[in-house]
Amino acid sequence: MAKLTLEDLRKMRGEKQKALEMRDSSNKDIQVVVGMGTCGIAAGAKDTFTALINALNEKTLTNVLVRQTGCMGLCHSEPTVEVVVPGMPTVIYGNVDAATAKEIVEKHILGKQLIEGKILDKPSIDIVKNG
Amino acid sequence: MAYESYVLVCGGTACCSGGGDKIVEAFAKELEAAGLKDKIQVVTTGCLGFCEQGPIVKILPQGTFYVQVTEKDVQEIVKEHLVKGRVVQRLCYDPEQAKKLVAEANIPFYQKQYRIVLRNCGVIDPEKIEDYIARDGYKAIEKVLFEMTPEQVVEEILKSGLRGRGGAGFPTGMKWKFAMMQPKGQKYMVCNADEGDPGAYMDRSTLEGDPHSILEAMTIAGYAIGASKGFIYIRAEYPLAIHRLQVAIEQARDLGLLGDDILGSGFSFDIELRFGAGAFVCGEETALLQSIEGNRGMPKPRPPFPAVKGLWERPTVINNVETLANIPVIINKGADWFSKIGTATTKGTKVFALTGKVNNSGLIEVPMGTTLREIIFDIGGGIRGGHQFKAAQTGGPSGGIIPPQFLDTPIDYESLAKIGSIMGSGGLIVMDETDCVVDIAKFYLDFTVDESCGKCAPCRIGGRKLLNYLNKITDGRGTEQDIKDMELICDAMNKASLCGLGQTASNPVRSTLRYFMDEYMEHIKDKKCRSGKCSKLIQYTIDPAKCKGCTMCARKCPAGAITGTVKNPHVIDQSKCIKCGQCEASCKFGAISHG
Repeated sequence: MAKLTLEDLRKMRGEKQKALEMRDSSNKDIQVVVGMGTCGIAAGAKDTFTALINALNEKTLTNVLVRQTGCMGLCHSEPTVEVVVPGMPTVIYGNVDAATAKEIVEKHILGKQLIEGKILDKPSIDIVKNG
Repeated sequence: MAYESYVLVCGGTACCSGGGDKIVEAFAKELEAAGLKDKIQVVTTGCLGFCEQGPIVKILPQGTFYVQVTEKDVQEIVKEHLVKGRVVQRLCYDPEQAKKLVAEANIPFYQKQYRIVLRNCGVIDPEKIEDYIARDGYKAIEKVLFEMTPEQVVEEILKSGLRGRGGAGFPTGMKWKFAMMQPKGQKYMVCNADEGDPGAYMDRSTLEGDPHSILEAMTIAGYAIGASKGFIYIRAEYPLAIHRLQVAIEQARDLGLLGDDILGSGFSFDIELRFGAGAFVCGEETALLQSIEGNRGMPKPRPPFPAVKGLWERPTVINNVETLANIPVIINKGADWFSKIGTATTKGTKVFALTGKVNNSGLIEVPMGTTLREIIFDIGGGIRGGHQFKAAQTGGPSGGIIPPQFLDTPIDYESLAKIGSIMGSGGLIVMDETDCVVDIAKFYLDFTVDESCGKCAPCRIGGRKLLNYLNKITDGRGTEQDIKDMELICDAMNKASLCGLGQTASNPVRSTLRYFMDEYMEHIKDKKCRSGKCSKLIQYTIDPAKCKGCTMCARKCPAGAITGTVKNPHVIDQSKCIKCGQCEASCKFGAISHG
């Protein structure tokens, strides 16, 4: 990639922000975000990640984006997974092992139902707003 | 196919014991009766936090948060809220706020956390620079390079009141100012990512979750002080953080956000990683610089301070990871905004690694001034397993133990120092009645004695002596004179050690002596450890009411410590007992126990 000038950086930020907003409002993409800090990985987040990918492939779902993030702070219930399905409230699940990962795909994403016993709450609000 | 609404009933332990499952049943029944079974899903969740106000029921997607819900309230919630759309205000935590149908984000409990340092952790993909940029990343550097002079940057950081988050709390702006004022020439900016405190992982999480924030902060600092080169000194025990930093540096260099002529501003700055090799003392700034230079990590006397003469004798600023993570936000949102958060002397937020005997252990970030009670009981969900809070430990091996009477202390540098502890880097370990304070003091001294570099006598000899005394006491051979001797050594170490390691190594001993002297005395005079942690002080006793005088234990005892005649209760001579437990194992009447 070429070195950015000030204008390039501002353009890139604007584009990327718009992309994020579009994704939220146009209700096209489903996102599954897996916490991959050391705490998550130590608790098995890599297996969870793999289980999610496998389950999605099995059901041939192509509109789901699985991505990683750092520590969400809920270290007492790792692995943690945030599921964003348009039309449903965004939730964070804790203690997500390979079996629960499969449930996320089958029950939550396909069945549009929340999974029993595993929902945690985001322990914080994001106060640093964009712009 | 999706439901219209969701009723989340908290399934955390506290709420369960408060009747959570009956509430779930009641909802199922009422929703069925109202014909809403297929439109609304009822789900039990994990712990939603806010355990003191449970049982909790949350309605999504609106986000209404009901507290202290009982089985009898369910019908009203269904009829009023779910059918008619009218929030049941009397069940809301703050009925005033509920009137405005405010989303959960404004519930006071959730406002107890305030994520500035951790703003991107758990939100972005740390290996994608575009994610960081989209969330106002590299925006502060634009402002700094094109709209501010170095003096203005330093002034802004000074005005914000930001103090060093490594634990000492020195005003960051001051440190930058000293370095900026040095004559022009090669200067260095160093990030201390050694994080040696056992149980502390705030810096690790920040580096793993948001590495670019540190790169941007260091570039800003470099500009302010006149440095063209930065080093991140990171402990080798953090391979994932190292990897993420390497990826981030690579990406920043590719886009020209690190390197020559950043964004065409004329300012050049680059960053190199240097790895620690397992020495706690290398978290001390002068020892850290020695380590980067390739020497053994041993502290140097100050003055001269690193800001004047640091790395290779050049002016150097060293800042902790958490301190740096605040910088881009302060530049973007302004020092005025930042200085409104926190207390009069301590601005901003603090990240804590809340661990130990709490229910919700994890990484939290709270405004300075939040009390320990709020952290441990509101955010942390209280003590695990129904045990009792005994003490909290802040500041790691350099910190002190805080007993229950100080639970309402607001967290800031001064108030913690007043009660004999320190803020430290942010490790907060919670203890219950099964923890022994003498054992805890011993644990920390064990650590600091091992990690002492050995250069100065007070730490090298004093630490070892303190540990010896503590071992004596936990072995049951302690005397009251030992306490007096320990107090003298603590004083000497504190006043005469060369660096912070030695100066603070005695804090665990001092604070436990101050607040838990009776426990020490129990170990010494009664040879008893009330928590059962000190194995050599466990006492085996025979309950005369249950003892049948079968003589089995007396015959099994390898030390001949049990006496008694047939069919009469037996007695264990504590002075002969070697605590092997054979007697308890052999007693068929359950008459022998230990504690």
